[in-house]
Amino acid sequence: METLLELAIAYAVVCVLVAMALCAIRLLIGPAAHDRVLALDTLWMCGMLLAIVLGIRFGTQVYFEVAILVALVGFVSTIAMAKFLMRGEIIE
Amino acid sequence: MSGIEHLPGWAALPVALLLVLGATIILVGALGLLRLRTFYQRIHGPAITVTLGAGCLLLASMLYFTVAQSRLVIHEIIITVFILMTAPVVAMTVMRAAVYRDLRARKRESGVTAGQVYTLPDGDTEGPPEPR
Repeated sequence: METLLELAIAYAVVCVLVAMALCAIRLLIGPAAHDRVLALDTLWMCGMLLAIVLGIRFGTQVYFEVAILVALVGFVSTIAMAKFLMRGEIIE
Repeated sequence: MSGIEHLPGWAALPVALLLVLGATIILVGALGLLRLRTFYQRIHGPAITVTLGAGCLLLASMLYFTVAQSRLVIHEIIITVFILMTAPVVAMTVMRAAVYRDLRARKRESGVTAGQVYTLPDGDTEGPPEPR
């Protein structure tokens, strides 16, 4: 059963890393600025989920605090960038 | 810090299933973010990543720590509630900025007039007459 859990954790880590790579590609090629903001928000969320999976892997509660900090900072930065996109256009 | 602790089989199986399900959903959401064509289709991809994928992984984490430490460990609920509260706010704010920017730049090809909810300010003969 430990082998099953190890396999599932390895699969989850690989999937989340591939998802982060896809978000990074969208972040680089995104045609408009709001595409990049959306990709960066998804990248924050994937980083938080990676911290949770690593917490299961190493069996420690430290990664929970990493995850909650990443979630908080990601939310605030995304809201700030979206507000900046609207307001920059208004000033123009 | 010694790695995966010993879980009984009845607990390891649902944890593994939830991990595989959540990781697959996360991958599907990111793939949608990359593959879909316009921004207004693309914003639907991360929605399942941050709701279903995160929900499955947080449930797996709760189950794992509850069984591994033989006590009720449910403080992942804090992250779940936070994500469920902030994901619609983020989506709405980014969406409003995108609609505003596309209407302002008169980008019809960006798909902003696709649902016939918004019309371009001038010379738009394809949309509905005027929103009420």
